[in-house]
Amino acid sequence: MHPIVRKLITFVVTLWAAVTVNFFLPRLMPGTPADAALAKLAGNGPVSPAQKQAIEDTLGVPHGSVWSQYVSYLDDAVHGRFGVSYTYFPASVVSLIRTALPWTLVLVGFATVLAFVVGTLLGVLAAWRRGGGMVGAKQGSAVDRVATVGSTFTSAFPYFWTALLLLFVFAFKLNWFPIKGGYQADTSPNWSFSFIVDAAFHSVLPAVTILVSGLGGWLLGMRNNMINTLGADYVTFAEANGLRGRTVALRYAARNALLPSVTAFGMALGLVVGGSLLTEVVFAYPGVGYLLYNAVVNEDFPLMQALFLVITLSVLVANLIVDLLYGLLDPRARRA
Amino acid sequence: MNAPADPLATPIAPVVARVRGSRLPRPLHLFLRAANTVLANRMARIGAGILLVMVLVAIFAPLVAPYSPTDTGFGRSLGPSAAHWLGTTGSGQDALARLLFGARVSLLVAFAAGVLATAIAIAVGLFAGYLHGVAEETINFVVNLFLVIPALPLMIVIATYLPGRGVGVIVLVVVLTGWAWGARVLRAQTATLRTRDFVAAAEFSGERPHRIVFREILPNMVSLVAASFLGAATAAVLGEAGLEFIGLGSPDTVSWGTMLFWAQNDSALLTGQWAQILAPGLAIALLAASLSLINFGVDALSNPRLREGVAP
Amino acid sequence: MTLLSVENLGVVYEPADAQARVRSVRDVSLRIDDGEFVGLVGESGCGKSTLGYALTRMLRPPARLASGRVLFGGTDIASLSGERLRRMRRRGFALVLQSGMNALNPVRTVGDHFLDVLRAHERISKALVRARATELLARVHLPATTLRRYPHELSGGMRQRVVIGLVLALEPRLVVFDEPTTALDVLVQKAVIDTIKELQREVGFSALLISHDLGLVLESADRVLVMYAGRIVEDQPSADMIRDPVHPYTRALLGCYADPRAEHVRVAGIPGSPPDLSQPSGGCSYQPRCPLAEPGCGGAEPPLASIRPRSSAACYVTTRGASS
Repeated sequence: MHPIVRKLITFVVTLWAAVTVNFFLPRLMPGTPADAALAKLAGNGPVSPAQKQAIEDTLGVPHGSVWSQYVSYLDDAVHGRFGVSYTYFPASVVSLIRTALPWTLVLVGFATVLAFVVGTLLGVLAAWRRGGGMVGAKQGSAVDRVATVGSTFTSAFPYFWTALLLLFVFAFKLNWFPIKGGYQADTSPNWSFSFIVDAAFHSVLPAVTILVSGLGGWLLGMRNNMINTLGADYVTFAEANGLRGRTVALRYAARNALLPSVTAFGMALGLVVGGSLLTEVVFAYPGVGYLLYNAVVNEDFPLMQALFLVITLSVLVANLIVDLLYGLLDPRARRA
Repeated sequence: MNAPADPLATPIAPVVARVRGSRLPRPLHLFLRAANTVLANRMARIGAGILLVMVLVAIFAPLVAPYSPTDTGFGRSLGPSAAHWLGTTGSGQDALARLLFGARVSLLVAFAAGVLATAIAIAVGLFAGYLHGVAEETINFVVNLFLVIPALPLMIVIATYLPGRGVGVIVLVVVLTGWAWGARVLRAQTATLRTRDFVAAAEFSGERPHRIVFREILPNMVSLVAASFLGAATAAVLGEAGLEFIGLGSPDTVSWGTMLFWAQNDSALLTGQWAQILAPGLAIALLAASLSLINFGVDALSNPRLREGVAP
Repeated sequence: MTLLSVENLGVVYEPADAQARVRSVRDVSLRIDDGEFVGLVGESGCGKSTLGYALTRMLRPPARLASGRVLFGGTDIASLSGERLRRMRRRGFALVLQSGMNALNPVRTVGDHFLDVLRAHERISKALVRARATELLARVHLPATTLRRYPHELSGGMRQRVVIGLVLALEPRLVVFDEPTTALDVLVQKAVIDTIKELQREVGFSALLISHDLGLVLESADRVLVMYAGRIVEDQPSADMIRDPVHPYTRALLGCYADPRAEHVRVAGIPGSPPDLSQPSGGCSYQPRCPLAEPGCGGAEPPLASIRPRSSAACYVTTRGASS
């Protein structure tokens, strides 16, 4: 079957699986899911009747068979009925997510893509400088060594630690950037120029965190891919035919080395999401990561489950885009 | 930093040389030679060194730590001082002692989760690569499912609903989300090896599938398994830290992630108790980094082009 | 006119592990004239590919030219570097790699390849490139539609032809074919070799055909060089070599071919294995496997001795009594 059709089917099926996991998890625990949730809430103090009702509505006091509950759950999911949040009662879960999601998409989307692009370019440079065995190029180089060692360290440090470090140095000690939030606490979001500038300012440290944490991995990956491609026959042949060094490096080596990097990008999206979540928590940045953190802390199950679905959906969509992009880049993947 | 290191001059080279002519069992022989190749890489040496220090700290913590980690007799939220190098926590415990003892939990989780996740990855990956048809497709789908669904949100959701809190829950959750990567890599390699002649020969001579998988195919994938283990262990360290930071670990555990949780809880950011945030954070980062660095050397095992001192 | 003159060439592999140092080409001298079709035969590891790469300045670390020199059209190619070397690839020497399978960039079409190759050396419009490419493809018996194809859409034989076509685009004076048919099946092999022979006749470039298949080379080349353990051990016109092989190794190689129409065939291999070039021994390197070996063979490597005006062999025993 056509590869695009296949990818769409996988997309839908995976989404369905995520929704199903969401449905079954609370029900795998002993007792009804509502009991479990109520018990946890009761540990923090008496539960109001409104909260009890909200919980039962969401998690379902079992009436009807599991199958009928499942079907109605699917129905709710498809129509975006995810219930009401405990923490921000009576705000609906959907409205909360709708507010938080754009912040995350802009921050994470921008920073991640930038990390990939810059990291990949530097990886090409590092491999080229290493000497890659190309006739006439110099062997070994400081650029390669520095880039490789540097990347290994920055990419091995977890996102949240880089976040903490940046927060400590640049916000707390040097006071160059704000310590928390997405915007100044006493303002509310609007489209005015001053607000946008303020928001941008608040997003610098989180963005740099994501950038620094991700860049090293792409650099190393691309460098290694380049080293492999530079040893390939088609590179040798291109040199033998007198193609200019830069043409060979870019159109022959890098262009092919890019393919596994793009694949890796798709696979790493899950990790990037995890890291960004924690980054948001450290900076109290008003995205879905911070929202999820609050949901966990307050045991706000409806919010938590909905966030899980939304995050998974975002990753799936991003994966789909990357897959399609790969199809454009690699003619061998276009087989109908 | 300029001349490539002589590949034979690793710290364990003398051991390897002595073992070479001796009659020790072959797997040990191969392991030492593989370790030698890995350690020839400068970064792997650095990583192994860091890891060794941490293991020693974990083992000898009672001897090195100034106080017991759970002793709450000290003043609360004190800043760093001569008596308490990293200050004390909100409950009056010595932070340095907690840091040193915390190594035990982090290393335990890394090792246990790494081993478990890799064991599952081997089982699933090898059989999925070896089988054909519906069985293979189904396994593939499940593996891809676990790969695509983002790990941290999934861990959070599962951990929230599991009864109880603690290291066991964390290991379980980390393994559940961490086995798929290795499984995919091993499956791909098995599928490639499966078409090779030596496997066909084994099949013709009547060997049973599970024997073929473990005695013919697996030995050819040692470096991938090693890389898989290191990757799983790294993910476990970071996953544990993340979960505990958010509060999904047991508050009583003495571990680096829990230290961060309490520091955050006790508003260490605002009171300036930065040592209690930076120290455990750095420890986690170094542990994860050391595993990644060693993995860098393992890459050289499977791809000779990346070995030091060998031209591309 | 002499196009290529090789004088006492030595190539050495020097990996970081000093114990693995190997002299893979030792004291090789040969000449190729304009329009001559020369074959180079030897078993795996004898250094023939290394020699081919040395002649086209494609050696990569850890291999390097250790001694001797290569004169192409009178110029010492070792003196070329950078831009001058790159320009020499056009109307100079060219290399056709083993297995055209992988010699083409998977993400560029055949047409793109011609564009890259032609534009690397002159400013030329796309339309003109397409015209030239179509013409060259026709020469290697490929249709013009091939231009739009990606390499993975072509068969192995077709890819090899594209590679030859690309090389022809550079109007080379010398083409080194490194095992061009090894990865192809027998029928396709013959087709590709026939195309090479036809092109060589038509266009008139000098060709060096490197192969382990002596029979194939004898059918195609005017003159054949036999290589063993890094040295040339025999150099004869093909017709003479078939009629009267001199070196025991050449004789043994020819003895490996059996007449398919014969009643009974005794298949004889060559006992033993090629020497380890990292441990050079004194004396003739073929001695351990040679049926004619004498005590005197252990002294020094026999030099190439001429037995007829255009034939020479490196053997003490079989060249005895011939004029020097």
